[in-house]
Amino acid sequence: MRRRDPAVPIAVLVAALALAPLPLLLGPFWQSLLVNVLMYAALATAWALFSGPTRYVSLATAAFFGIGAYTTAFLGEALPLPLVYPAAALAGAVVAAVVGLSTLRLSGVYFVIFTFGLAELIRQLVTYAEARLGGTVGRFVFVDVTPRGIYWLLLAVCVLVFLVGWWIGRSRLGWALRAIGDDEIAARHCGVDTTRTKVAVFAISATLISLVGAIMAPRWTYIDPAIAFNPILSFQVLIMALLGGAGRLFGPLLGVVPLAVLFELLQANFPNAFSVLLGLVFLGVVYLLPRGVVGLIEQGRGALRLARRTHPRPAA
Amino acid sequence: MFVIDVVLSGLVLGGIYALIAIGLTLQYGVARIMNLAYGEFTVAASFAAYALFALAGVSPILALAIAMPVSFLANWLIYQGLLAPLVRRAPDAAALEVDTILATFGLLFIVQGVLLLLFGGTYFSYSYLAVPIRIAGSPVAANRLLAAAIAAALAVALYGALTRTRIGTAIRAVAASPSSASLVGIDARSYAAFAFALGGAMVAASGVLVSMFLTFNAAMGVVFTMKALIVVIMGGVGNALGALVAGLILGLAEALATGFLDPGLTMAVNFALFLAVLLVRPTGLFGKPGR
Amino acid sequence: MPPRFTPDRRALLGGIATAAVLGTAARAQARPVRIGYSISKTGPNAGGANTTTLPNYQLWARTVNEAGGLRLPDGQRRPIELIEYDDRSQSEEAVRNVDRLINQDRADLVLPPWGTALNLAVGPVLNRAGYPHLAVTSVTDRIPELVQRWPNAFFFLGRSSAAAEALVSALQGLRQEHGLGSTVALVSVQDQFGIELMNAGRAALNRAGFRILMDRQYPLGSQDLSPIIAEAARANPEIFIAFSYPPDTLALTEQARIANFNPKVFYTAVGTAFPLFRQRFGNNAEGVTGIGGVDTQSPAIRDYIARHTQVIGRPPDGWASPVTYASLQVLEQAIAQVGVDRPALIRAIASGTFETVIGTVRLENNQRVRQWWVGQWQGGEFVAVGPPGVPGVQPIRFPKPAWGAA
Repeated sequence: MRRRDPAVPIAVLVAALALAPLPLLLGPFWQSLLVNVLMYAALATAWALFSGPTRYVSLATAAFFGIGAYTTAFLGEALPLPLVYPAAALAGAVVAAVVGLSTLRLSGVYFVIFTFGLAELIRQLVTYAEARLGGTVGRFVFVDVTPRGIYWLLLAVCVLVFLVGWWIGRSRLGWALRAIGDDEIAARHCGVDTTRTKVAVFAISATLISLVGAIMAPRWTYIDPAIAFNPILSFQVLIMALLGGAGRLFGPLLGVVPLAVLFELLQANFPNAFSVLLGLVFLGVVYLLPRGVVGLIEQGRGALRLARRTHPRPAA
Repeated sequence: MFVIDVVLSGLVLGGIYALIAIGLTLQYGVARIMNLAYGEFTVAASFAAYALFALAGVSPILALAIAMPVSFLANWLIYQGLLAPLVRRAPDAAALEVDTILATFGLLFIVQGVLLLLFGGTYFSYSYLAVPIRIAGSPVAANRLLAAAIAAALAVALYGALTRTRIGTAIRAVAASPSSASLVGIDARSYAAFAFALGGAMVAASGVLVSMFLTFNAAMGVVFTMKALIVVIMGGVGNALGALVAGLILGLAEALATGFLDPGLTMAVNFALFLAVLLVRPTGLFGKPGR
Repeated sequence: MPPRFTPDRRALLGGIATAAVLGTAARAQARPVRIGYSISKTGPNAGGANTTTLPNYQLWARTVNEAGGLRLPDGQRRPIELIEYDDRSQSEEAVRNVDRLINQDRADLVLPPWGTALNLAVGPVLNRAGYPHLAVTSVTDRIPELVQRWPNAFFFLGRSSAAAEALVSALQGLRQEHGLGSTVALVSVQDQFGIELMNAGRAALNRAGFRILMDRQYPLGSQDLSPIIAEAARANPEIFIAFSYPPDTLALTEQARIANFNPKVFYTAVGTAFPLFRQRFGNNAEGVTGIGGVDTQSPAIRDYIARHTQVIGRPPDGWASPVTYASLQVLEQAIAQVGVDRPALIRAIASGTFETVIGTVRLENNQRVRQWWVGQWQGGEFVAVGPPGVPGVQPIRFPKPAWGAA
């Protein structure tokens, strides 16, 4: 497995070191754009840690993101920030463990929509509790983090996500996950503790997603359940990861970067035709990249190898 | 009196939920297309009904007769043109799911973008059959009652057609397993196209009917998609009667929560009920295991 | 925390650039003033943004440009060039759009997005860059705190509690003069604005000795509100108050008509002032009260409504639309006084007195305090009927006529 390669952590750290000084060099707009890319890179990669190998497609991203965001909203003014983030991570992990244990019997589309319903249930309960107990729905998040600080925090989470992903990939956990993805029943017969594996990785993925939510909340000054638990986020993360290729650690990144750039280009240049153009590009991508960006790259690599081995002409 | 109010409004709302979901149960359950643009199709039909009513004075009931066949044809073309190539190239069901999610996500934006260009983003609403009908002393809006009744009729008719006719049997065979259906001489792809198109006609019906009483705008499609997904999954994929029952249960639960618990909790109760059903029956109320 | 208001290097450069341009523009053809905005063209906020905010930006720019452009202190005129982006109703997109407007497009001025949440999201960006922030459709009870943080932000629609208190004072007037009873059914949507109105309204009603028979909240996006109306009808109050949002406002009114629920005062909040409301209910809109209202006697308003109808193709809503337009007139007049000089504009808007379509506007602590809060459909117009004592308020028509056939 390529993932055992220690080149991965080195590459991740080198890339992070290269990206770290950018906010000092670039203006606020570019910083904003990079924050967006980093946010989705962290979310989509974290999502794919679980959903990639197991093929359990989760739409609960918004739930964990929202849990993180609300943790910051609740604790941000009371606790020092270095304590808020672990609290958010813990909250995400606990909820994920409960959810993971309760969804064991579900598979396929039932799991997909269950996770969606779960995110919506949490949103409704938060709304209700805020309205009844908090006195209002919607919270101000006045926490002293600069946009630069958010950038660095997100970069750190990205590093963490990739390192965790790399570690899972080369651990027994990763092997068990892939076995589940190939054939869950066979995996169980081979002695894989499917329950523990799935719940553990689901919780890891959710913890990282909650962290992103906790970091992003102060950027928006104000959150309410519709913002924090926005189901569009779940879909967007899913789409980005699938487009890149959820089966590889760096797959989602290959979906996030081009899509973020595409969104930016369309948004900046075609405010009125954004939807139509985005839709057309999407359809084009689906037909032209049947196996995601990763598939394209692997296909290209395979073709090259094949070409070198057999004929000197490039294969299609 | 009070109980009748609650039950009645719950049944009517449930019927409307079932109506919203019935097309998806065909499109996803039979044709295996996870159609994320589903709600946009619903809203498009609502706009069509609005335009026909406001500009040409065509009643929404008559609009049904126009919108359903047009939508049938449009959805058939969408399947044959956009989705069939994906079905053809997909090595397995999981790959098809990924492809259709991505493709219909693109379609969602296209339909929404066209609606925005045509109608702008503001709210639309018109008044049709907004008259009370008294049932056991409780007033119900005629337009809502009509929508719920049509939903029930469509679900039962669909269920009957699927279980009692040759085409229906073939469609169910395709739904159960496209590959083995092909083995026994069923042209799986054209039945899937038919099911998708039929689902499209149902979407049009629901869009036209809900436009009589809901305020809508071009951005609202996602609300319908999500409601439909919940109902279809709760009922069990591919089962029209399941969608009807699930819709009614959700509607009743919402009305009961309003009446006896707290209106603020209606949506929470709905989602909790949905999750509870799946925990007890992991493939929905009427779903068969193994899908 | 001290207000962060130190102009950084970029703002300074911007200032120098503006000064340089002003110098050259006197000689050359007037260079346009670049005014940008990020607005929700899509997503859940699109309905509000496309009704209240976007049409007024377009109408204002067109009106100004037809008059030759924005007038500057030296008497010359510069046309407006609008730059627009869609934030898709997402906070992050709004932040990035405004960052882009300020840093990439070098917009001279930035107009606000629609809604409390998005205004708060872009607040820090505009504050850091020293741009005036005309936060019109941002209504919350924490405005005084926000003004402390962001001295560049101006709130034209006031606080939510003011809206609820104005309604209660109008009800008190009806009770004293017309013998309105004191029973109330109170309903609200479970969202920030609705709940803030609800909390303030409940307290004010209790203080004023009204008796609340029903006190309910429903989730945002409820598709059936008939049980709420049924419960209200059973309680049979003299007053029905719903702090609702546009789709619910229509649904509640529709359902009340179907159930033949006829309280003497029928109040729904956001959306009552929309032209859509009148179009949907026709003569049944008559006598319905809601949030907002304008002085329909004023020639300035009448002219504004006529121009809006002509240019946009539909009349404006009777609450936030004219206020949005007035905020733009405030900006226009401030520019005429001090030019496109952002720090000076902030000072001018904070301290000046301006004549607008909604009358004289003078901000106190960056907030517009005295305003129309209660409107009523009278003869096909959404007329301001409260709170008592604000100029332009008409007498309320009481009781609301019973619902007729559709």
